[in-house]
Amino acid sequence: MGWRWIVLAGLALVILLIPVPTKASTPIERTFHIEASRFRYNPAVLTVNPGDRVTIELTATDAVHGVSIDGYNLETTSDPGQTARLTFVADRQGSFRFRCTVTCGNMHPFMIGKLQVGQNTLLIRAAGLALLAIIASVWGFRR
Amino acid sequence: MTRLQEVVWKPKTSLVDRELAGLQAGVYPGRIDLVRIPWLRPILESRWPQFLLRALTLAGFVFIITAGLFGSRVGSHNFAIIFVWIAWWTALKLVFIPLGGRSWCSVCPIPLPGDWLQQGGILEKGRRRFGLNLRWPKRLKGYWIQSSGFLLIGLFSALTLTDPRLTAWVLLGLFALAIGMSLVFERRTFCSHVCPIGGFSGIYAKTAPVELRVVDHGICAAHSKKTCYQGCPWGLYPLALRDSAQCGLCMECLRTCPKDNIAVNLGPFGSDLGTTRQTNRLDEAFLALVMLGSALAFSAVFTGPWGSLKSAAFTIGSPAWLLYVLGFLALNLLMMPGSFTLAVWAGQKWSGKPLRLRRAIANQAQVLLPLGLFAWIAFTISFAFPKLNYVLSVLSDPLGWGWNLIGTAHTAWSPDVSGFSPILQVAILLVGLLWSARVAVRMSRDGNNPDLRQIIPVLAFCLVFSLAMLWLLIG
Repeated sequence: MGWRWIVLAGLALVILLIPVPTKASTPIERTFHIEASRFRYNPAVLTVNPGDRVTIELTATDAVHGVSIDGYNLETTSDPGQTARLTFVADRQGSFRFRCTVTCGNMHPFMIGKLQVGQNTLLIRAAGLALLAIIASVWGFRR
Repeated sequence: MTRLQEVVWKPKTSLVDRELAGLQAGVYPGRIDLVRIPWLRPILESRWPQFLLRALTLAGFVFIITAGLFGSRVGSHNFAIIFVWIAWWTALKLVFIPLGGRSWCSVCPIPLPGDWLQQGGILEKGRRRFGLNLRWPKRLKGYWIQSSGFLLIGLFSALTLTDPRLTAWVLLGLFALAIGMSLVFERRTFCSHVCPIGGFSGIYAKTAPVELRVVDHGICAAHSKKTCYQGCPWGLYPLALRDSAQCGLCMECLRTCPKDNIAVNLGPFGSDLGTTRQTNRLDEAFLALVMLGSALAFSAVFTGPWGSLKSAAFTIGSPAWLLYVLGFLALNLLMMPGSFTLAVWAGQKWSGKPLRLRRAIANQAQVLLPLGLFAWIAFTISFAFPKLNYVLSVLSDPLGWGWNLIGTAHTAWSPDVSGFSPILQVAILLVGLLWSARVAVRMSRDGNNPDLRQIIPVLAFCLVFSLAMLWLLIG
C-alpha cells in the first residue's frame, strides 16, 4: 500500500511543479478601452502576455463606476462620460478578476471582468490534480 | 399527536450508568458520545440554552425584515442583504452544515412561533393549543417541493440576493408559511417537506460528523411508550434513523427518553455515505442534482465576467430573463439529471449488474453529496469573501441611513483574498471530488459482487462537473 501513496504523491508533485510550456513573446504596449455600464464591462475579458504594459481606459456610460484588479492593488473611477486611465505592467501571470469599486446599483458587488495574463497555469494544474484524484480512487479500488 | 409538553421528563441517570450502558451496547465504535461529556450534558439536556439562542435568532430575524423593508434599497448598504446572503449564508455552508449537519435547524427562528402555537406555550405546556394537526399527504413527502423551492429562488436569485425589500418579503413569506402550516399540519411539516434551506441542509447533513442515534436498539424497541417519538417535533423515531438527513438536532428525544438511550455522536465525516440501500426514491437524487446545477449557474452569474448574463438574471420579466429561466431550468431539469442518469445507466450496463436503474440512481446519488457541498463552499469563497468588509459597514449603519453607531460605517478595509482564494478554491474542489470518488468506490465494494466498472461513468460525471466549476471559479 505504501508504494502506491508514494507514486501518487510523486505524480501530484510533478503536476504541481512541472513547468507549463508557454509561448515566448516580447512584451508590448496594449491599450483597452472599456465601457462600464450597470453591471457590465465591455469588453469584460482582457487577454495580455506577461510583461506587457497595459493601459485601461475606463469610460462610465450611465453612472459612476470604478475598477480594481485583484492581485494588482490598482484602482480608478470614472464619472459618466469621462475617461479614467490606469497603466501597469502585467507582471503576474494567471487569471484575475476586476471589480467595480463604486456602488452603482443592486448588482454592483457582482460587476466583474477578467484579466488573463498569459496561461492560467493554476487551472491547468488543478485539472491535472482532479484527473489524478479520480485515478487514485480507481487505483485504490484494486487494493 | 402527543404534544411535547405531555411527555414526562426522564429521571436523571448518572454518567457512570450511562457509560456502562454504552460500553455494554458497544454499537458506535470510533465515536464520541457528546452526552457523556460532563459539562456538555446539562447544556444539551436543558431547553434553556437552545431557547435563548432561538430567541436571539428570532430577534435578528425580525430586525432583518425591518431593515429590509425600511432600510436603504441599496443591497450592500442594508443589514438584511449583508447578514442574510453574506454572513448567514456563508456561515451555513462553511460552519453549520459541514461541522454540525442540520445544526442550524436547531436554532432557526422561522418555525418558532408555529411551535409555540402548536404547544400552547413557550417552554411550559399551555392549556390552549392551536392547530388542526393534520398529516402531510404521503404523495407530497420527500424533497420534491424543497427542490422546486430552491429552483424558484434560483430563478429570482439575482434580485433576491441584492434587493433588501425582496429579501424581506421572501423571509416574511417563509415565516407566514411556517406559521400557517403549523396551524394546519402536524409538527414541523414545513421544515421537513417545504423549507428549501431544510432540503439543502438535510442532504448535506449526511456528510457531517454529528449524528443522533439510539445507544441500544433493544432498549428502544422494548420501550412501549416511545416517548422520544412522541416528543420529537419533527415526528421522527430515533430507532429508525439511518442517516442524519431528517433529524433537526433539537434534542427533544434526549430530553424525553426515560431510558437514557440517546447518543449524540461525534464521529467520522460522511459516515452515512457509501452503503447500498433498498430505496427507489429519486427525490434525493433530484435535489442533489439541482444543487450541483445551481452551484454552476450561481457561479456563472455571480462570479463570472458575463455582464449580459447578470443583466438577464436581474431584469425579471424581460425577454432576456425568460431566456435565462429557460437556460437555468434546462440545466437543472434536463442536462444534470439526464447526464447523471446516462452515467448510471452506462455503469450498470457495463458491469452487467442486475440492479434496476431507478434504484441505482437513488443509491449512486450519494456520490454527489460531498462534491456538491464542496462546490458550494468553493463558490462561497469567491462570492462572499471579497465582500466581508460590508459586514463591518452595516453593523455601524444597518439601515443605510448614514448612521455610524460603532465607527465602522465608512471602513475602507477590504480583505484582499485574490492571492489565496483561487488556491483555496482548487483545494476545496479537489477534496470534494476525492471524497465523492471514495464514496463511489466504497459503494462499488458493497455487496457480494464488487465491480469497478459500475462507478467509472459516475466518476467521469463528477470529474466533468469539477472541471466546469474550476473553469467558472478560477478560469
